[in-house]
Parts: sequence; structure tokens; C-alpha cells
Amino acid sequence: MGEMMSKVKVSTTINGDPVEYLCDAEETLLDVLRDHLGLTGAKEGCGTGDCGACSVVVDGRVVCSCLVLGAEAEGRKVTTVEGLATGDRLHPLQQKFLEFAALQCGVCTPGFLVAAKALLDRNPDPTETEIRFGLAGNLCRCTGYDKIVRAVQAAAAEMRKG
Amino acid sequence: MRPFLYERATSECAAVQLAASGAPAQFLAGGTTLIDLMKLDVLRPARLIDINGLAAGAAGLIEEREGALRLGALVDMAQAAEHPVVRRKFPVLADALRQAASQQVRNMASLGGNLLQRTRCPYYRDRSWPACNRRKPGSGCGALHGQNRGHAVLGVSDACIATYPGDLAVALVALDAVLEIIGADGARTMGAAELHRLPADTPHVETNLAPGQLIAAIRVPAGPWTRRSLYLKVRDRESYQFALASAAVALDLSDGMVRHARVGLGGVATIPWRATAAEDQLVGRRLDGELARATAEAAFAAARPARHNAFKLGLGKRTLERALLQAAQMEL
Ligand SMILES: Cc1cc2nc3c(=O)[nH]c(=O)nc-3n(C[C@H](O)[C@H](O)[C@H](O)COP(=O)(O)OP(=O)(O)OC[C@H]3O[C@@H](n4cnc5c(N)ncnc54)[C@H](O)[C@@H]3O)c2cc1C
Ligand code: SF4
Ligand code: FES
Ligand code: FES
Repeated sequence: MGEMMSKVKVSTTINGDPVEYLCDAEETLLDVLRDHLGLTGAKEGCGTGDCGACSVVVDGRVVCSCLVLGAEAEGRKVTTVEGLATGDRLHPLQQKFLEFAALQCGVCTPGFLVAAKALLDRNPDPTETEIRFGLAGNLCRCTGYDKIVRAVQAAAAEMRKG
Repeated sequence: MRPFLYERATSECAAVQLAASGAPAQFLAGGTTLIDLMKLDVLRPARLIDINGLAAGAAGLIEEREGALRLGALVDMAQAAEHPVVRRKFPVLADALRQAASQQVRNMASLGGNLLQRTRCPYYRDRSWPACNRRKPGSGCGALHGQNRGHAVLGVSDACIATYPGDLAVALVALDAVLEIIGADGARTMGAAELHRLPADTPHVETNLAPGQLIAAIRVPAGPWTRRSLYLKVRDRESYQFALASAAVALDLSDGMVRHARVGLGGVATIPWRATAAEDQLVGRRLDGELARATAEAAFAAARPARHNAFKLGLGKRTLERALLQAAQMEL
């Protein structure tokens, strides 16, 4: 039946670059990023919107790419974890995650980084409660969250200094 | 996911016209229910009509019109939860939205789709369970004699005891909200309370929305009770979880006496539950601890628990009791 359905043509912007792709209607944005575009930072943890490992930013807002169709990226601006660093220079969030050892297996990390960036873009000086509430949609089975919260606080402080 | 045809609609008219012709279609808004259930192979639409383009028009706006709030169906949960008018004048709506899901899901999910979210009953969501009347009419109910800790105690039938999981709709039925509906044959309105159907012996017919009909907007009338309103949600963990029990309460008080009361219950019923028995208890009386307790008793008088969810009676009552007393204390 897949052959009967025509592919959807999508023009979008990913990490600042214009990108065009063809995808099947039933492919999610996560499928397209990972399988067609080689952007394997976003992970599939659950596929049901629960874990946040697939988080990407679409038009300035963090979403679960496992529940967005590839076709829905038409005309949008998508940022993935691959878009955080500037050349060889890590984003302050990435740097602080390393310094604070805010990851173990790392499966949740790209999602946390992307969600934390979206959080700090809107609220540069969040309280601990705001960080925990804002990142509640990202699950981590390893770290116990505390180091992640500290890393985000430290990155926020550094980013405020500019 | 099974293959389907993907189409985009850029106006309400185009959306309902597309839906009226061709193979059975579903509208795609945030996809947080629809794509989820298509991946699980529970929903199998032949066509999806992407209505996110409608957000560029009135369906994407929050407006105040003649004292009433008009929420476009494509407004997302985060947008509505943070809107200053919603927060100030209809706090129960902002509360219900803020306490729902995660930032990611609130960014994606539309208000129209939110009302139409499906139950989280694990037997419904997992096709490997053979019995589920809601998913497969006449197949039986896996939950009735299975695991039913999360299931409903109000509005249940022998065919289905699945909980309606949403938060917003509970606040909307309490506030007498009205839905603007568009179909291929024109526009009409429907009370928010008429949207969901009790399961009775046809749990698979979940709403009174005909196939192809579009929810364009939600209208919430303002009353002297809308400012003194709140949504209290109790769950297994503090955030990012569906309600075990919740209460939407809106009160108009004068010197501690209740002039008007609106009460909705969530997490405990098969549909967004308007607790009229509770409202009747309250009106014309002084709201104190005793009245709150009596009101909660009345609200659950008709409850019918199953094997694992009898705790929801006590929890639901205490939730409503606390919500009433908190609302009475609100500084306006
Ligand atoms: C991890 C997770 C946690 C969640 N937690 C909560 C929670 O705590 N509380 C809560 O209330 N909800 C919760 N939800 C549910 C979530 O709020 C709903 O899935 C969401 O609001 C649905 O909106 P949507 O725009 O994504 O709908 P979609 O998935 O796009 O659509 C849902 C259904 O509505 C139909 N539809 C959509 N828009 C319209 C329209 N305008 N007119 C007619 N039909 C339409 C679609 O065809 C489909 O049948 C959670 C969801 C997830 C994934
Ligand atoms: S409670 Fe309803 S949804 Fe759950 S198994 Fe029974 S019939 Fe299906
Ligand atoms: S993979 Fe998308 S939320 Fe878990
Ligand atoms: S580091 Fe392993 S899931 Fe978070």
C-alpha cells in the first residue's frame, strides 16, 4: 500500500540551513531527521510523547518530534541538538552538562539540552522550581535529575553574563 | 504506522469540504493523541487533514467578545495557559492547562484536540488485549475484571469504565462553555457538556460530533463566579501525570454565602463530569468545612467503584472538599 501513496515534498529550515526532502506521510519528523538527514542527536525513547528524548525546537518551541509528521515541518524552522554548538565551540549548556557530569548513558541528553535551551530562551533566570517544571517532559533513568538542574542553573548564569 | 493520505487545509471551509469527500479522514492538529494512537495501531484513518494552517486565522486567536472568552480551536495549550486574560479572569482554565502534560505536549497540543483526546485505559491502548468494547465493539471489557486502579467510578456502564483523562474539558463543562462547530452543511453550536457521550452500551461512539465536523472555537461565558475559580488536580506524582481525581470549582460568594456554584470533576468519571448534585448542595448556604464535606458526599453519591479504584471515592471527595475551601479563600 505504501507504493500507492505518493511521497510528500517538504521544504524546511534545519539548524539554519534550507533543506528539502521527500518523505512518506507516515514518517515522523524524528524518522526523517535520523533516517534521511543523518541527524541522529534526537533519540527515540518511547515514541508516545512521554520521555522527551526526541525533543527538537520548531519555530522557537520545544516539541516531541516522535509525534510530529515529517510533512508538518513544511515552512518551519527546526533546531536540533546538532544546531546548539557554534563550530567547535560547545553551547554553554553542553559545556555545563560535561562539567557537572549531568549525564550517564546519554540517551536523554540531547532532549534535555534542546528543552533547556528553549526554556532559557524564554526565561533567562529560572528558579529551580521553574527548571524542574519546565523540564518535567524529559525523563532520565540514570542521573536522578539533580546534576541536570545544577548544570542548567550554571549555564543560565553564564549565559546571563553574555 | 499504517500508510495514509496526507492533505493540508488552510481554511475552515476547505477543511470540512475535504473531510466530506473521499475516504474516512481525521483532522490532524497537534497529533499528540492522533499520531500516538496511530502508531499503536488503535486508530487507522485512511486520510489525515492537517488543520494547523488554520492557526493563522481566527482559530488561532484568544479573544474577549462581549464579556465571553473565545478560544480558537487551534490555540495550543501553552498559549492559553499563559494568556493574561485567561489567567486573570478564568483562572480555572489556566490552572487546568498548566497542570496538564509537559511543556513539549502543551506546545504541540491544540485546545480542540485536547477535548477530543482518548482514554488512557491500557486495554484500549494496547491491541494485544482482545477485549475492549471501546476499541472493538462487542469484544468485552478487559478492565472490568482486570486492572482498574485508574478507571472511573462515575458514569460507568457494564460495557466500559474508562476514565476521560483530560483536564480542560472538566473546567469547560463546569463553566457552561459552548463549542462552535462547522460541518459541510454549515455552522452550529453545541454545549461543551454535550460533546462527550456516556459509554452506556456503545462506548465506541465517544462523542456527538459527526464525522467530518470541525470544532472551530470554544466560547466561555463570563459570570460572577469565573474569577473565583480554580482547578485542583491530584495525581501519582506532582507534575506531568493524568489526574487520579480533580475538581474544577467556580464560586460566586456574598459574605460567605454561596450565590452561584459550578463544579466539575475529572479523573473519576467516564466523561468530563458536571457535578450538579454538588452545586445544588452549595447554593444559598454558608460555605464552611461542614458544607464542603456534605457537598463532596453528594457529588459521589452515585459512584460505582470497581475492584481497584474504590480509593477514588475518598480521594475524589477530599479533592473536591479542598478545592471548595481553597476557592472560598481566594483573594480577588
Ligand atoms: C505524554 C502525554 C501526557 C499528557 N498529559 C495530559 C494531562 O495531564 N492532561 C490532559 O488534559 N491531557 C494530557 N495529555 C493529552 C493531550 O493534552 C492531548 O493529546 C492533546 O491535547 C490533544 O490535542 P492535539 O492537538 O494534539 O490533538 P490531535 O492528536 O491532533 O487530535 C486528537 C483528536 O481530535 C481531532 N481533532 C483535533 N482538532 C480538531 C478540531 N478542531 N475539530 C475536530 N476534531 C479535531 C483529531 O481528528 C483527533 O481525533 C497528554 C498527552 C501526552 C502525549
Ligand atoms: S474500560 Fe472501556 S476502554 Fe478500557 S477495556 Fe473496558 S471497554 Fe475498553
Ligand atoms: S521518543 Fe518522543 S517523547 Fe519519547
Ligand atoms: S543519562 Fe541515561 S537516561 Fe539520562
